[in-house]
Amino acid sequence: MSSDQFQTGRLTQFRELLERSDAALVLTAMAAFYLLFLGIGAILNYDVAGLISILGQVTFFTAVYALIVLALNLHWGYAGLFNIGIAGFMAVGVYTMAMLTAPPTGSPPGLGLPVAVGIVGGMLAAALVGLVTALPALRLRADYLAIVTVAISEIIRLTYNSPAFSTFTLPGGIALGTGGASGIGTVPSNPVQAIYYVDPSSAASGTTPIGAAIFGFFEAVFGVVRSAVIVDLTYGLVLAVVVFLVYTLLARVGNSPFGRVLKAIREDEVVAKSLGKDTNRFKIKTFMLGCALMGLAGVLWQGFGTGAVYPQAFRPELTFYIFIAVIIGGAGSNTGSVLGGAVFANLLFLLPQYLPNIIEQTFSIQADPNNFIAAVGPIAAGEIAPLLGYILNQRLPALRFVFVGVLLVYLMQNRPEGLLGHRTETAAAVNLSEGHTAAEQTGSDLTAPEGGVDDE
Amino acid sequence: MELYARGRHLLRDQPGLVVVAVATLLLVGDLLGKLLGDGLTAARFGGFVWDGLVIGLLIGLAGIGLSLTYSILGFANFAHGDYISWGAFSGWAVAYLLAGIDRYAAGGLLLIGAGDGPAPGDVGVSITNTPLSIVAGLVVAVGFTVGISLLIDRAVYRPIRDADGITLLIASIGVAFALRYLIVFFFYSGRQGVTDISRVPSYDIGGVVINAHELTIVVIALVLMVGVHLLLQRSKLGKAMRAMADNRDLAQVTGIPVEGVIRTTWILGGGLAGAAGYLVVLTQGTIAYDLGWLLLLLIFAAVIMGGIGSVYGAIVGGLVIGLASRLSLIWLTGDLSSFAEPVAFGLMIFVLLFRPEGIFGGVSTA
Amino acid sequence: MSSESAVDGVGEDSAAINAAGDSGEEPPLRVENLRKEFGGITAVDGASFEVADGSLTGLIGPNGAGKSTTFNCITGVQEPTGGAVYFNGSDIAGRAPNAIVNRGLVRTFQIARELAEMTVLENLMLAPQRQQGEALYRSVLPPFRDGVIEEETELREAVWESLEFFEIDHLAEEQAGNLSGGQRKLLELARALMTDPDMLLLDEPFAGVNPTLEAKLLDRINQLRAEEGLTFLLVEHDMDIIMEHCDPVIVMHQGHVLAEGRPGEIRNNERVVDAYFGEQR
Repeated sequence: MSSDQFQTGRLTQFRELLERSDAALVLTAMAAFYLLFLGIGAILNYDVAGLISILGQVTFFTAVYALIVLALNLHWGYAGLFNIGIAGFMAVGVYTMAMLTAPPTGSPPGLGLPVAVGIVGGMLAAALVGLVTALPALRLRADYLAIVTVAISEIIRLTYNSPAFSTFTLPGGIALGTGGASGIGTVPSNPVQAIYYVDPSSAASGTTPIGAAIFGFFEAVFGVVRSAVIVDLTYGLVLAVVVFLVYTLLARVGNSPFGRVLKAIREDEVVAKSLGKDTNRFKIKTFMLGCALMGLAGVLWQGFGTGAVYPQAFRPELTFYIFIAVIIGGAGSNTGSVLGGAVFANLLFLLPQYLPNIIEQTFSIQADPNNFIAAVGPIAAGEIAPLLGYILNQRLPALRFVFVGVLLVYLMQNRPEGLLGHRTETAAAVNLSEGHTAAEQTGSDLTAPEGGVDDE
Repeated sequence: MELYARGRHLLRDQPGLVVVAVATLLLVGDLLGKLLGDGLTAARFGGFVWDGLVIGLLIGLAGIGLSLTYSILGFANFAHGDYISWGAFSGWAVAYLLAGIDRYAAGGLLLIGAGDGPAPGDVGVSITNTPLSIVAGLVVAVGFTVGISLLIDRAVYRPIRDADGITLLIASIGVAFALRYLIVFFFYSGRQGVTDISRVPSYDIGGVVINAHELTIVVIALVLMVGVHLLLQRSKLGKAMRAMADNRDLAQVTGIPVEGVIRTTWILGGGLAGAAGYLVVLTQGTIAYDLGWLLLLLIFAAVIMGGIGSVYGAIVGGLVIGLASRLSLIWLTGDLSSFAEPVAFGLMIFVLLFRPEGIFGGVSTA
Repeated sequence: MSSESAVDGVGEDSAAINAAGDSGEEPPLRVENLRKEFGGITAVDGASFEVADGSLTGLIGPNGAGKSTTFNCITGVQEPTGGAVYFNGSDIAGRAPNAIVNRGLVRTFQIARELAEMTVLENLMLAPQRQQGEALYRSVLPPFRDGVIEEETELREAVWESLEFFEIDHLAEEQAGNLSGGQRKLLELARALMTDPDMLLLDEPFAGVNPTLEAKLLDRINQLRAEEGLTFLLVEHDMDIIMEHCDPVIVMHQGHVLAEGRPGEIRNNERVVDAYFGEQR
């Protein structure tokens, strides 16, 4: 009895902590996801290296989704800019990075510049394409802006896909290329490898002293000899730091006079103009900054994360994934963006990849029919295994998309504000009530301001 | 002097128009040069025009529905392309079934050759070989797509009828996803041949080769368009739609059965989308789960160009987009031919920037 | 032009129009032959008038006379079809609303346009012009951010002062959308004043405001005119306020200026009585 009370007391305290502290909220969610996937690894009888690998994946996908969703939140959540060309801006970032840094001897040839130049170049190029898009398009209605941005994203993808620029020669005689439909396979390895390997591009080149120490530690303590999973986990952690930095940046943007104007634009642009704000300038700057961050996300995800760049990775589906993630989290809230990215990455992206293995292991489904009729036909004879086999082995990715679509409809109908979109964050660089006591004088019968403790 | 002043005004007020005019003049001049010289034969040119007309009519046909729902329901329906795909798959499943049922098992035919189903060459669907199955497929495509449109409106859009355009737009993206990948679930994700191209007769008209399927498309598309025209002219529907597009609340107050008009809009738009999807396969000879999505941006381009809400604008816009994407191939040769689609997208962006009400001045013909 | 003939209706005492300035000096606001058409409908049909420096000028007229459209054209919310608007000597017709505010001409809206999802404090903090932190890099980069914070602290004090004056400080942290109609009007006026303007165009600022506060606001307006030389142009339906406090009064009817003069003259002007008061009888 008293232990029950103690328990509920603890639970209430914990809930209050989550409502008060964004960091606690995000950390709790991540802990839950890590536990979930460790559990999955355990069910699938993974060894320690396998478990580290799965943790690395969770970290990586959570981080890259959080990053790109934060960038979109700047556009849509802060300034109300309905950009559905995200995949295109990511592509510009990655391709620019890859073309700047790929070795000149490769196929297609690159410029062989340092990785840092590639990252900055990718972000600048994405921002520049954002500027070219924004200058004319920001005057448009939101739905027209949507159509223009998705068209631009497709133009970008088709341009990279075209054989016309597969390899071409700059005026100075320097060869360069997009690789056409097959893309660029010689993307520089992710910079984290430099910590571990003497030659960052080759694991066989021997380990650095730091690398030797860390690998040695893991081997001694966990018996893990697969160094690649340790490198991947490290990269995931580096990305987490990047997410934190971008979060801080965007929080500063939001909590400032600049962010205040964005908030006003999102709500009523005429009023913002009637208070002397040159709203177009604010929108263009915001659009460019968001595009640069999308370019960065592209580089860190599709570039370093996958090691190869190809145009089909930037189909509009990618854009819509990110939109769903931002809607889950709640447009307007940075913490919501991180959470939305995490939920999407783990529950809607990673989990379905492990699900078939788990189900098959548990129920040992052998049937693998290759078409729908062959799958449903046996049901008449009371056999459901072929249908399950068809779903699990053949059509799970398709069903995932169907589910994502239905989820999006459900959210728009029932919870368009997402997980945290109902929260309001004050747009100012200082506490506006400091030294004043508005709340205490309140004799008014108005409802309590939102953003306090309210359960929905 | 006056001419100069007017020119300066034009340049200031309508910079887009001036650029278009100059570019068009240059291109037409170059085209004439090519035709008179030996850069381009008349037959090749005719071929481009014919191809452009065929695809343009299909885009226009599909665009009518998109244009109507855009103006009457107030949102850009990103699922429209997937209605088109479902029209194609439902119609061709039936056409395939009817054409091959005497020789093959129904299952493989209904799935249009999924898994180990019969190959197109064996089934032998074509307008001359199996005209009845083609017509039956068209009817099913229309009916099925109408059904989906109504069902989705009831389940998805009606509960949030009064939401803003962006909310509805996002919901339609969800619908698009679900519809597109349901096709993959039931059928397949690759692109497969459907018609038996070897048995489609073609005719040489002054060097321009026209095949029977293209001819079928043009005839059916024109018949459907005239049908829509008569429907809107002869019934009160057109007027009710215009009133709804202007102000739905007002329309409701004045006694227009709002939900009824919306239903009719979906029936009309969905049916035409289904027909267009079915016919697209007839010209391409292949079917793919994303065929409608790939057309969607071109259809948006046509609708925006024609002015949202205008049926005739959508048709003319479709023709413009179709012709532009094919005629651009006169200049985009070799590796550059992959830029035919981007050209059409670029055209659309241009129209949105300089004439968002459409090139026909936003005259709503409903 | 009809507006010229309307001047005939104005009494000889034209000195009243230039209440605070020399007659030879350019008035802060001069509207010349302003026109605005929507499709085939002419909302403003050649309106011409001046607003003298430091005055509290009233703009009245029956519904549909074109007052709000005139406001919109002056403040750049709508682009005039023709005519000119001179503010402090330069033509601002067709300029962007923000550029006009930057020059010191600010307006309020007839139906208050508070930013409903922002707090009252945020609404006011938005208004001051040329804030350092409106530059993205200053808001973000550490060495500049300190300056932004300092400025925000100063603005905060000014905002609280204003809230206290308008007696809405108890609502400071409230979402503006939760305020009553009268409170929103106050918020809009306070927000407009926070832009530190030379001239204000107020569209029915007293609608829904209680009489005590109304008197206080009028006192404040007169104080701002006297001490800081601000100029006010006021659209108001409450004839008592217009006749008691505004001088001169401009009457609009069917898109042009019907008459202009001191309140007493306007009251006795037959054409005004026909067009305006007649309608009310």
